[in-house]
Amino acid sequence: MSTHYPTKRSVLVPMLLYIQDEVGCLTDEAIHEIAQRTELSALEVRNVVSYYSMLRTHPVGKYNLQVCTNVSCLLRGGEEILEHCKKKLGVGNKQSTPDGLFHLEEVECIGACSWAPAMQLNYDYHENFTNEKIDELIDGIRKKEQQ
Amino acid sequence: MAYLVSHPDEVKVVSKRFGMGATNLDRYLELDGYKALQKAIGMGPDAIINEMKASNLRGRGGAGFPTGMKWSFVPKQSAKPKYVLCNGDESEPGTCKDRLIFEHDPHSVIEGVMIAAIAVGAKTGFIYLRGEYRYLIEIMERAVADAYARGIIGKNIFGSGVDLDVYVHSGAGAYEVGEESALMESLEGKRGVPRIRPPFPAVVGLWGGPTVINNAETLASVPHIILGGGEWFANIGTPKNGGTHLVSISGNVERPGVYELALGYNLKKMIYEVAGGIPNGRKLKGVVPGGSSVPILLPEEIDIPADYDGLAKAGSMLGSGAVIVLDDSMCIVRFALRVAKFYQHESCGWCIPCREGTDWMKKTLTRFHAGGGVAKDIDNLKYLAENMLGRTFCPLGDAAAMPIISYVQKYRKEFEEHLDGKPCPFEKAAEPALV
Repeated sequence: MSTHYPTKRSVLVPMLLYIQDEVGCLTDEAIHEIAQRTELSALEVRNVVSYYSMLRTHPVGKYNLQVCTNVSCLLRGGEEILEHCKKKLGVGNKQSTPDGLFHLEEVECIGACSWAPAMQLNYDYHENFTNEKIDELIDGIRKKEQQ
Repeated sequence: MAYLVSHPDEVKVVSKRFGMGATNLDRYLELDGYKALQKAIGMGPDAIINEMKASNLRGRGGAGFPTGMKWSFVPKQSAKPKYVLCNGDESEPGTCKDRLIFEHDPHSVIEGVMIAAIAVGAKTGFIYLRGEYRYLIEIMERAVADAYARGIIGKNIFGSGVDLDVYVHSGAGAYEVGEESALMESLEGKRGVPRIRPPFPAVVGLWGGPTVINNAETLASVPHIILGGGEWFANIGTPKNGGTHLVSISGNVERPGVYELALGYNLKKMIYEVAGGIPNGRKLKGVVPGGSSVPILLPEEIDIPADYDGLAKAGSMLGSGAVIVLDDSMCIVRFALRVAKFYQHESCGWCIPCREGTDWMKKTLTRFHAGGGVAKDIDNLKYLAENMLGRTFCPLGDAAAMPIISYVQKYRKEFEEHLDGKPCPFEKAAEPALV
């Protein structure tokens, strides 16, 4: 992938995201490895990591619920959906359940405005959401994980 | 998967292959795919740019700059390589149209990038998609790989002697990267802070080389213009506002969705007929006609043509074509707070008026919405916003300021109803005041 670009560091943003997907988060080890490959200092890499909202240095739950509450979702109950998720999971915004299974996050517009309210479960879009659909989704995952 | 809707008033140009399996290269070729590219190779750069100018196509990302003119600014001779960059960072709240193009007609974007590259003499095109669009990145990567395998992209395309490369690049979550100069920074592997202009990207862009940056919908329109002719496209719209555009209708309407309408289609009709009007017996409160960063319009202001000039005349903007509809159950202060919160979150902090202004607007509105507002806050909000306008490197400062000014101006009475610790009139049990 890095051969597409005239400078080594150009590949940095997608590389960080793909490595995060593999490792779970951008650990010190991962950052040092990426810094070496892109011929940057670890500090320069961290400087980029801190800019992008999807990049993180701490692990999150296996299932990351990213609930949009931006205007189009707000108008169709996005904030109420977020509240419901908090209650259902017993966690606050940007927190994980104690078993490490779920992570809940309020996010900005994910480009699902015409199908609001919407959320992303990891990378999967779930649209035209209702509290009942959330319960179904979360209960379904819990059941699957118990087996 | 995003759902498709349709309405008899639609004029399907960019969306004409939606739902027809055009992600498959063979199917795309059956549906006239890559014919425009072959035609463009025969036409040569000057004729392509003239056709684009004749089409009156204007940038569908938000700024509405004439595409043909943008391409003509790229110098013919350049010591550094030239680039075409497709902006697929679609992040303007309310906007979900490029998603459908990537999902249903990925090759049309690739073809648009390649025609742009031929027009300006670039050898490389990049298609940048926001990181959240992972499934679309996969679709685009497959489409690019298929086109390479078939010899459509690569060396000596269609026996023309022209070599062209196209790559897909992923972002990682940042609204501001949708701004052209921040987009280039991000593609170069840096924080997406904006660059000062001039020089404009057409002269000094990616890695210092001349660069054409267009929105995905703009580029997806290009093959249709090359095949159908600039004049045909221009005639679909209104004078100086050529063609169709994808409208993302969201909020309190009966049938939200992405519709392709001719530019100049009446905004009121769009809401009441195309999207089926306001549900649940509610009344219309306001319309944000171009994504969250444009000024709001009152119900009595929407009987206008929805095109760049029509909306500018009404004091707003066509923006990204995202029509957000509010019914009378939404509190304008709550809405304003959500908008302010977004821009505060997305401000990169590079320019002080934006960094400080968005933060103070959010703080003021948070306190205000909780019942701790005082009369001078209302003018202060406007004052803060007005002092951000035009004082930042990139338009994020303006984008944060313009809507807030319009909310205060047009719904001042509602702001006043929140004063003196009174509960929010829209909430049955308002939270206690936080003074």
